[in-house]
Amino acid sequence: MDNKKKILVIEDEATLQKALNEVLVQEGYEVLSALDGISGLDLILKESPDLVLLDIILPKMDGFDVLKRLKEKGSEVPIIILTNLSDINDIQKALDLGATTYLVKADFHLEDVLKKIKELLSKN
Amino acid sequence: MISSAIYKKIFKDCRENNLGLWQCPGFLFVAMGFINICSMLGAYIIVKEYNIPELVVFTVSVISVLIFSVGSSITNGFQQIANINRIKSEFVSIASHQLKAPLSGMRWATDVLLGEKQECLSSKQIEYLKDIQENTSRMIRLVNDLLDVSKIESGKMDINLQNTDLSDILKTVIKELDSFALAHNTKLEVDIDQNIKLVKTDPIRIKMVMQNFIDNAIKYTGLEKGVIKISLKNKDDEVFFSVKDNGSGIPKKDQKKIFDKFFRSGNIAKKQTIGTGLGLYIAKAAIEGSNGSIGFESKEKSGSTFWFRLPRI
Repeated sequence: MDNKKKILVIEDEATLQKALNEVLVQEGYEVLSALDGISGLDLILKESPDLVLLDIILPKMDGFDVLKRLKEKGSEVPIIILTNLSDINDIQKALDLGATTYLVKADFHLEDVLKKIKELLSKN
Repeated sequence: MISSAIYKKIFKDCRENNLGLWQCPGFLFVAMGFINICSMLGAYIIVKEYNIPELVVFTVSVISVLIFSVGSSITNGFQQIANINRIKSEFVSIASHQLKAPLSGMRWATDVLLGEKQECLSSKQIEYLKDIQENTSRMIRLVNDLLDVSKIESGKMDINLQNTDLSDILKTVIKELDSFALAHNTKLEVDIDQNIKLVKTDPIRIKMVMQNFIDNAIKYTGLEKGVIKISLKNKDDEVFFSVKDNGSGIPKKDQKKIFDKFFRSGNIAKKQTIGTGLGLYIAKAAIEGSNGSIGFESKEKSGSTFWFRLPRI
């Protein structure tokens, strides 16, 4: 498959990174990973993925700042916020900064995450 | 006997709250009363004996300063209790947030194992992995409940009010709980009015309230044949939801406390060990946050009906 969709996962928790990687590869996606905000932002700009999964609390640069930079650069890549902040205010802030949608990690099973990813990719 | 009862009443709370004698409002209040009586008697004697105006003014001033300082100690004591309470809420909130990250890791790791590659696992391995998965889910629910409680206590519960169709949500909830009811030998009888009016509420929270009512009814109806009547109706300017079971009911002495946090009625705690006593406390906050009202009727041995009503738009 040449038109493999490319997904970037920006997440600093190794277990979550690994688990997401595993299922996304199984589903036939090309997966890129970043463990902090700065390298994540670099990868978005260099590799232009079809979809980004972005954690909020990250080392070096947090998810909000990544969203701000992307907005400044006019990037239109769809972004799913992965968060354990279930605070409405934080989620709203991320959506205002241009995130497409969000999911609260602890409340979702991996299959729900996959469903959301497929839904978004089929829209674009 | 009486003095020991008074002693208990005054000091027990302070000892439990780890407050010293001079920070303990109960003790200080009694001390202030005592000082008051003594100073009045003292002032009376001084005036009677000496009759010097300057001495009277001086005595009254000294007494006022004394009462003022005891008063300020009382205020400090209350302040300290309020602080302890705030710190406790913050601690619960931070600890719960911190627990969520490793719990998500556990959930997703078991999801991977139980996902595609199940054929390489033995049935025993699958069984135990499912146990881990279920227990992880329980822990996540508990952590979420604790976070909600700490938000309610600090007056910061998020309620995201939206125009909501309760009949859609109720149908989903019933679909999700159908097999759970079956496993408990319990029948769900559902009666939903056509054209249920829209209400303004938080759809996620209201779903949890409905789940909680039905889940409680199923769990606590017991193993004898249970029938649970679920109804959703338009009533005047409101939408009325109720869940009626034919279970063991709630003893009269427990009825007042049923919406308190961590409260579990004695007769259900005997039957069911799972449960935190947080569900109805959170439900009450969610319904009241949507400008509705919540309540129940219950009779021991014949069952309970839990209901809420929300104003239609």
